[in-house]
Amino acid sequence: MAARFLWASRVASHLRISVAQRGFSSVVLKDLKYAESHEWVKINGNKATFGITDHAQDHLGDVVYVELPDLGRSVSQGESFGAVESVKATSDINSPISGTVVEVNEVLTESPGLVNTSPYEEGWIIKVELSDACEAQKLMDSDKYSKFCQEEDAKH
Amino acid sequence: NQSKFPALSVFRSSPRFLLSGPCFDLYSKGFKMSISRAPLMNLVRLKGTPILEQLHLEERLLRASTDNWCIVNDGTNVPTIVMGMSGKPSQLLEVGPVIKDRIPVIKRFTGGGTVIVDKSTLFVSLICNKDDVPSVQPYPRSVMAWSGSLYGEVFEGVDGFQLRENDYVFGDRKFGGNAQSIIRNRWIHHTSFLWDYNVRNMAYLKLPSKVPQYRLERDHTEFVCRMKDYIERSDFVEKTVKAVGKQFAMKEVNIEDIDSYAKGEHVKSTRLLTMEELQEAMASTSQSA
Repeated sequence: MAARFLWASRVASHLRISVAQRGFSSVVLKDLKYAESHEWVKINGNKATFGITDHAQDHLGDVVYVELPDLGRSVSQGESFGAVESVKATSDINSPISGTVVEVNEVLTESPGLVNTSPYEEGWIIKVELSDACEAQKLMDSDKYSKFCQEEDAKH
Repeated sequence: NQSKFPALSVFRSSPRFLLSGPCFDLYSKGFKMSISRAPLMNLVRLKGTPILEQLHLEERLLRASTDNWCIVNDGTNVPTIVMGMSGKPSQLLEVGPVIKDRIPVIKRFTGGGTVIVDKSTLFVSLICNKDDVPSVQPYPRSVMAWSGSLYGEVFEGVDGFQLRENDYVFGDRKFGGNAQSIIRNRWIHHTSFLWDYNVRNMAYLKLPSKVPQYRLERDHTEFVCRMKDYIERSDFVEKTVKAVGKQFAMKEVNIEDIDSYAKGEHVKSTRLLTMEELQEAMASTSQSA
């Protein structure tokens, strides 16, 4: 737990954002937006970067494969655009926001484990050009997402 | 299990059909009294359906249906190799003999490893809405804890059954290969049970680079076992249906009626590898040798 907070603090310092230590073990970064299906998005002007959250990677287990979309493909909010494989399961990755794929993290092809070890930095999955920035309003901020994760885990 | 403790609610509604299983409707004085019901699960029984057709059906029902499904296929038609989504033939198969003997190779939509299936294999697939199995989180280990418990009921009294490092085993010998696919609000857990197998068929499969710890360095024939040595075939099927029926209200559905349950387009990942792909795999194996 302490080691994970230290890692989160270093990430936050690098990204110049703040992070709060949560009662549960997953790391949540303040400057990102979150979908209920556990993807994060960092918006920068009309572009955005997606990945899956620390909560998701922790529950998925060791990621052994990432299926990436083709460049130029359209992605729609809430719809699947790729998948990760872990523990004999393929799990859809859903787009937190709509847009067109302009870059994919090809490093994940050789090093899928980056999704586990660095879900918010080196484990980013795709970058898109946004089609409707207003869709971000439907996403959760870090406080709401943290609460969402706590409630979800408490049910099981 | 909430179905054991039904709540009573009274409301007006149109007539509803009677379901089998641990739930029923009562009609009284113009009002419908409904007892909270176990979620419905459609049961499809197949026999000898080609595994490619079965996997296409499963992928369709997972993505284009909103119902829960239990599919039982009693054997497939011809020996077929089935790899997981990320499987690479050059790494997992003895491609030369596979090509020479014209063994079909499928890449399926779920994760996991490689199996060779034939007419003796028994297939059981469970497709569930996550909200209908609220004790299960839509993540692989949670799904397998649930399925392990379900099959624990099926194999009650059979010595040595357990879910061991994500494999179904008797003792330290694997008898079933399982895999999952998890989408937004649904998941599938499907299993190919090694009722019996031809040792010659195992020779088409290489030892995978990643193996469970309990495998040690055993080859296929030392690692797997035949389910027929532990349980009668019909017994297994009926006990499985019964175990599922403790959690769901079962309804038999004919394969001919599937179209009415699954409409619209959906992502199709399961496919048969082409001869060209297998030949490329063989060429890449030769180059790296």
